[in-house]
Amino acid sequence: MHELAITQSILEIALRNGTRANATLITDIYLVIGELSSIIDNSVQFYWDIISEGTLAEGAQLHFKRIPARLQCLECNSIYSLERGELVSCPNCDSTQVKVVAGNEFQMESIEIE
Amino acid sequence: MNKNDPGQGKRIPVVEKIFNANELLALDNRKQLDAAGVVGINLMASPGAGKTSLIEHTIWSLSNKYRLAVVDGDVATSIDADRAAAAGATAIQINTGGECHLDAVMLRNALEQLDLNDIDLLLVENVGNLICPASFKLGTHKSVLIASIPEGDDKPYKYPGMYQDVDALVINKTDLLPYISFDMDYFRRGVEILSPNLVTFPLSCRTKEGIDEWLNWLDKVVSNR
Repeated sequence: MHELAITQSILEIALRNGTRANATLITDIYLVIGELSSIIDNSVQFYWDIISEGTLAEGAQLHFKRIPARLQCLECNSIYSLERGELVSCPNCDSTQVKVVAGNEFQMESIEIE
Repeated sequence: MNKNDPGQGKRIPVVEKIFNANELLALDNRKQLDAAGVVGINLMASPGAGKTSLIEHTIWSLSNKYRLAVVDGDVATSIDADRAAAAGATAIQINTGGECHLDAVMLRNALEQLDLNDIDLLLVENVGNLICPASFKLGTHKSVLIASIPEGDDKPYKYPGMYQDVDALVINKTDLLPYISFDMDYFRRGVEILSPNLVTFPLSCRTKEGIDEWLNWLDKVVSNR
């Protein structure tokens, strides 16, 4: 898995934004993760504790907000969710022509600094 | 103050994609390819699906028409690059040293070793993996996923990230269909949900059945550049 590369990227973005805002400490990092992004929170937190050591963001708490996947049917425009985590055809018209409208997100929304 | 208690400090909006740095580099790779008139194809699959075999067939068939280069990503060894070189293409091996995917930086380093002006078609063989390569854009023009019959017909449902935003799907090892329980309709349905406009190429690298359709598609992609 590539959680280490991801965690390094999170640190880089947090430090850059914290420094720009003249932070003396970054205490909290708020992340948004879509249901379809294959990211494991626990692994990111594990790497975080190691790689944030000695930086402005050492010990910062990572907050993960999970966004459920939403699919939109291209035939009848119905919007629906995954069924038990599995992709299914449109529950209204059974079409398989659908697009993902939410669930692919993976971004940093904000940080909290002192 | 308890720093684990949110709402005490000053909140700064960021709104930045975690993969942003990789995506910027991928754009840079795309510019390099475009400037030299090179078509880049990202080939992704699980280990053993037949990426290297498909690349060999592609080199044998198209190298009289186009100048081909192959960038091979593997955790270790140069077995795949050696096979591509033996088939007649310029080949660069990238050993990711444990990383489960290629990223835009690794491709950029490989591009530096190639003379892009001497290449028409660049095949990038990603690390065999059905999860991670989907998250890391490389800057190539087309993404191709190679599935194979022995992997089973439930893979699009189990690895949805991988089957999204793919331009073409190769279904390899169709010669094994008589021996393996594989429901092609169920498989295709799962693929369609994720990529409605996907073109699919059922084929067998062993018997060569169906391989011409794949070659014709690729030929068109390169000649329309």
